[in-house]
Amino acid sequence: MAKKLLMGNEAIAFGAMRAGVSVVTGYPGTPSTEVLETVAKHNDGSIYVEWSVNEKVALEVAAGAAYTGARTMVTMKQVGLNVASDPLMSLNYIGVKGGMVIVVADDPGPISSQTEQDTRHFGKFAKLAVFDPSTPEEAYTMIADAFDYSEKYGAPVLFRPTTRVCHSCASVEMLDNIPKKELEGFVKDSRWVIFPKLTYTKHIKIENNLKEMSDDFSGYEGNVLTGSGRKGIATGGVSHSYVCEVLKNTSAEHKLLKVSTIPFPQKLALSFLQGLDEVLVVEELDPVIENELISLCGLHSLKIKIKGKLTGHIKNAGENTVESVSGPIREFLGEGFGETSAHSKQADTLESKQLLSTQLEQPLPAQLEQTPPTLPVRPPVLCAGCPHRASFFAVKEATKGMNAVYSGDIGCYTLGNAMPLDMVDTCLCMGAGITIAQGLHRVEPDRINFAFVGDSTFFHTGISGIINAVYNQTDIIVVILDNSTTAMTGNQPHPGLGQTMMGNISDKISIYDVVSALNVSMIVRANPFDLKAAKEAVNAVVDKKGVRVILYEAPCIAVSKGSGRYLVDNDKCTGCKVCINKLGCPAIEMQDGKAKINPTLCTGCSICEAVCRIGAIRGENL
Amino acid sequence: MMNCMIAGVGGQGTVLASKLIAAAAMRKGFDVRTTETIGMAQRGGCVVSHVRIGSNISSPLIPLGSADAIIAFEPAEAVRVMPYLKEAGVLILMDTAVKPVASSLTGDSYRTSDMIDYLKEHVERLVVINGQQLLTRCGNAKTLNVALLGTAIESGIFPFGNKELEEAIKELLPQRFLEINLTSFEIGRDMYNGN
Ligand code: SF4
Ligand code: SF4
Repeated sequence: MAKKLLMGNEAIAFGAMRAGVSVVTGYPGTPSTEVLETVAKHNDGSIYVEWSVNEKVALEVAAGAAYTGARTMVTMKQVGLNVASDPLMSLNYIGVKGGMVIVVADDPGPISSQTEQDTRHFGKFAKLAVFDPSTPEEAYTMIADAFDYSEKYGAPVLFRPTTRVCHSCASVEMLDNIPKKELEGFVKDSRWVIFPKLTYTKHIKIENNLKEMSDDFSGYEGNVLTGSGRKGIATGGVSHSYVCEVLKNTSAEHKLLKVSTIPFPQKLALSFLQGLDEVLVVEELDPVIENELISLCGLHSLKIKIKGKLTGHIKNAGENTVESVSGPIREFLGEGFGETSAHSKQADTLESKQLLSTQLEQPLPAQLEQTPPTLPVRPPVLCAGCPHRASFFAVKEATKGMNAVYSGDIGCYTLGNAMPLDMVDTCLCMGAGITIAQGLHRVEPDRINFAFVGDSTFFHTGISGIINAVYNQTDIIVVILDNSTTAMTGNQPHPGLGQTMMGNISDKISIYDVVSALNVSMIVRANPFDLKAAKEAVNAVVDKKGVRVILYEAPCIAVSKGSGRYLVDNDKCTGCKVCINKLGCPAIEMQDGKAKINPTLCTGCSICEAVCRIGAIRGENL
Repeated sequence: MMNCMIAGVGGQGTVLASKLIAAAAMRKGFDVRTTETIGMAQRGGCVVSHVRIGSNISSPLIPLGSADAIIAFEPAEAVRVMPYLKEAGVLILMDTAVKPVASSLTGDSYRTSDMIDYLKEHVERLVVINGQQLLTRCGNAKTLNVALLGTAIESGIFPFGNKELEEAIKELLPQRFLEINLTSFEIGRDMYNGN
């Protein structure tokens, strides 16, 4: 069949559809989001797809579906698995009937995450198999293997791509669909009810399975041993592609082991180790393959030097690149690399971290003959016209001079921490703004504690924090920033909107009604772009007691049409920069001593008009 | 083998530009590998796409010093990715500066001319497109990515032709934005040829 240009996440989705997946659940999170979206987009109606309210819920829904014999897939980012770890741990003891694949995307770098955790550990901890694809092409076929293994061992399996697999595109050879099996349905049986006694017998089975899987995986096509010699390189995931890129330029003899699975394919690894003096392990995140090789050498009394992250040969944080692995590989193999051009030699000396400054903020060092001009730092910012800017600004103005702490949460609004808003003092994980604020307030009751939470995060894990605050009588102010979407991950719907991934409209769940039902002491709602009303909302609650809620409602600019444009009257503008210094809207910049609004960015949100004291800013058509 | 990098600021449409290049290359029968910056940086941060065309490519990331061409949507971002350019590589630059909020605040904004002078000195083949003029002619900032691809194709950097790229645009863009994008594509081509 034909080749198709697919992003890794699309390849996973098409691979799963090819393998006959019939239920797909998940919660959005970079870099995993497009997997579920792709299934929904290409669904002929035979697959059930949902954005669940959080990852724990998603995993449980998919598990229930897999009890019937259906093939199911769950998608999330690495930190989502922390939320879903409770059902994950027990589910292995219960097992599944239909193949169940839990896609968990890791994010080395990290490029868009709060941790650099390695999901392969979760596999080992939960005693589950993990598949680790190295390219979109491999992901496309490997996901079908993952379903097969899940059914063969009656247990869910983890599928762990990383950002550079998820968000890379490649030409993928599309294959014919795999015929679906007949569905047996849920059959009542004591095996579905977890009890200590059952757990003990299952634990024995799990341990046996792990041994069997390790043997099985020694013959798995994703685990590959090539080459010969006394030096060996072991790698896996996207690092395999960087290693191959470097090895293209060498004539030095070496063995190469690519590992794509947990349990570790011990037999294959033993034949790799046979006759080697030393090994270099190249992998991202944690030294998982490295530790497996070390323990194998110990078990078999092999005297082989294993080099990698633990010995400082490979960096232990951030993502790998061709450059970051090229130096260690050249040093390890020692010979057989042709003379390199002056340019690429210079390139080699560059620390990979500095290389990353294409994504980070610091300028690159001089590495062409002349120092380049100092480069601007360019951290991400809230969009021009973002309602969060207005909300943060209103709270900031209304609480000026007060002894307040502002807890933030996960979403676009984390960017409210940047100057000039500077309104996010804490950010930990999904839903934690509300609860961290409670902890802070317990110890320092004289301070005013604000907690900002987005609409999607409110449904994810925010509600339980509010219940806790009400139950335990904590004095906090929860500010719900309802922008009618899950913005950071690219505008997914949530329970407050009523749209589902099956194209239906369900009843909208009103955040206002939910919060009212929770017995909070006060609840006020306002449009944040109406600065006066937005500030009054704060004034109304700030000196009261109990759990007070401000609900700011205005849609994200990505899901709404702007309401016109604003202009600066050049004659009136004194160049005081107040608008810039207070709001930091990316549409406003200084030009020849006057503020100027970029008409292609401005959405007409109007808050700069309210900020300009001399009235130099006005709507275009006014 | 051909390596092309696209550098810009989140929101400028670099991801679509790289998809179009990849799709056009595939139409010509090449294999491709790309990688993108997706996530938080898309809110006005630095974004870079790597597009690699040809067989036997392992890494989705272009190694330093090996980009045959860079298409930069912003002068400072062009300078930032310069270490990727081959010695004889081509750099296509749209010269409109996007001033980061941070530098508007501190006031130590960079001078666009410093960036361009530096590039002129270090790039053998530098194609500078007047961004203001391009925007005026296209009339819509959202189509500048496609316009720049028009400029790029005229500069002869791609191993495929106008036809493949146009087909890719038709394949990937939604119907309602097609016409305006095809017009911008033509304008971008004209701008290269000095019209
Ligand atoms: S995408 Fe929406 S919520 Fe996110 S910064 Fe932009 S306007 Fe704000
Ligand atoms: S109205 Fe003012 S604050 Fe709002 S988007 Fe336009 S320039 Fe920015």
